[in-house]
Amino acid sequence: MTTATLTTAERPGTPAGPASPQPRRRFKVTPGGAAIAVLALFLAVVWLMPLVWAVLTSLKPEPETTAVPVRWLPLEPTFQAYRTVIAQGELMQWLMNSVIVSVLVTALTLVTCVMAAYAFSKTEFWGRKWLFALFIAGILVPPQALIVPLFDEMTFLGLVDTYWGVALPQVVAPVMIFILKRFFDAIPRDYEEAARIDGAGHLRVLWNVVLPMSVPILAAVGIFTFVQAWNNFLWPFVATTDPALMTVPVGLGTVQSAYGILYAQQMAASVLGALPLIVVFMLFQRQVVRGVTDAGLK
Amino acid sequence: MTLHANTAETPAAAPAPRSSSPPPARGTARRSAAGLWFVLPFTVLFAAFLVWPLIAGLWASFTDRSLAKEESSFVGLANWIEMFGDPAVWQSLWVTLLFTLFTTPPLVAIALAMALLTHRATARIGWFLRFSYFAPFLMPVAVVTLIWEWMYQPGFGMINGLLATVGIPGVSWLTDENTVLLAIAITTVWWTVGFNYLLYLAALQGIPRYVYEAAALDGAGAWRRFTSITLPLLRRTTALIVLLQMVASLKLFDQAYLMTNGSGGPNYAARPIIGYVFETGFTGLRIGYASAISYLFFAVIIIVSVLQLRLFSRKEDAA
Repeated sequence: MTTATLTTAERPGTPAGPASPQPRRRFKVTPGGAAIAVLALFLAVVWLMPLVWAVLTSLKPEPETTAVPVRWLPLEPTFQAYRTVIAQGELMQWLMNSVIVSVLVTALTLVTCVMAAYAFSKTEFWGRKWLFALFIAGILVPPQALIVPLFDEMTFLGLVDTYWGVALPQVVAPVMIFILKRFFDAIPRDYEEAARIDGAGHLRVLWNVVLPMSVPILAAVGIFTFVQAWNNFLWPFVATTDPALMTVPVGLGTVQSAYGILYAQQMAASVLGALPLIVVFMLFQRQVVRGVTDAGLK
Repeated sequence: MTLHANTAETPAAAPAPRSSSPPPARGTARRSAAGLWFVLPFTVLFAAFLVWPLIAGLWASFTDRSLAKEESSFVGLANWIEMFGDPAVWQSLWVTLLFTLFTTPPLVAIALAMALLTHRATARIGWFLRFSYFAPFLMPVAVVTLIWEWMYQPGFGMINGLLATVGIPGVSWLTDENTVLLAIAITTVWWTVGFNYLLYLAALQGIPRYVYEAAALDGAGAWRRFTSITLPLLRRTTALIVLLQMVASLKLFDQAYLMTNGSGGPNYAARPIIGYVFETGFTGLRIGYASAISYLFFAVIIIVSVLQLRLFSRKEDAA
């Protein structure tokens, strides 16, 4: 949704596509510019090295992975590790669980936080200021401090080892209300007043006026919620004991028996586990950087 | 505008809304029930999964509640007294603080360097740089720890392999009491620097170019422009990043747990406070005692946040 409009709007001038080109520098290479490029590329290579190492290891036959001295390139590259990991099926199940949980968390967060932010920004009701102050105070509560009583509660509710039990506590992210409210506050009242005069109720105003003007911030909140839910470890780890319900971080982290000390398989599973978000980032890179700006996180 | 600085100001400032949000009491938005319906779904979740566990945890900390038995009884301050005399609590708190001291400076400095380099580098490599610096942040923690455990392997890991080429003898990174926390810190810097980098990059892109052009016309050199324009304009961002980073580092658990296979490392050299809460609650099954330690952790987070907010707001007043 965001992609189309944002990319077409920004892309024409800069084919390579970074957010901040310096057109004047492009024509001649200054010594300072070259030094910066070399340093930047060196740091990039250092940062990519673990990933390259993981990918190369995943392409080795198992005996080659533990050879001494350490070799970077596989002597006989093979996809055997990937075939084995996929055939075992566990990882595919975890990926599926991660998709279900992350989509659930993101959808619920967007719906509940958008509605609450709209109420705080555009309506008046008894206790509005107090409730908002309470939610803001909730930002300070670290979820890690709640795992023990939360597990107790989930046992009582019978939600341990269910998708809902994993997802629901992650929806409580009051900071998203704060971010959305600030964005809604900036929408001029004239728009909604015009709609209200035409007889639109709050739901119509939210859906037809406010939301269409808030696409960038919705994308930002959605992307960040999704990434957080996808990578969350502690709570899903506490809330699931059944390997069939585990998300990728929990499954890969705890089910050692799955791959044992077979390093090529471990690395193949790692590459597959990391791939979805990295592909998403490559597609939405510009929106992610823009989103940080829009969310006012600067 | 910094997120957290505002966060803390908002409750106090709530009675006097800023000009950007006129009081909704007038015009179309009369006091009505509609708003209540709109906040209801989130309020229910907030009450059920934040407020309730917070209260239940506080109550449990005064009881001998355990996962091993049904009923529990009130024990007063027994858990709290035990906690203040428990060396494992202080040891794990120390590990947590040490980790925060290890990780915060590099996570801020390297992120800034990366953002400056990306901002100054030519358009052509910008995409590659953003990808390389940020990609690790997108990886699930278990993937990160699998890769790094493999790299830290004493015999055939990449790190000791690299050290061997320059003649440094191998280090048993994750099984040596003296290096295990450092090894986890290095992994954490690699893994999470991308988030701070992104915040700095967004801030740099928000600095209008004419500021630099005006300074250049006045004869300011590159270094002068950096120290007199870029750094001062990034102060708020830096304050935000330091705060977020310290709080994030204090919450250490995932990578420490996974890289020590849940053991806390040799002599518990890598067991953070959350690790001890986890052990007490889910291995020792002592919910009451684990709740008391959770509250100690909560207090540390609040104290660090408040101290920092005061420190930074004082600096900004002076500036």
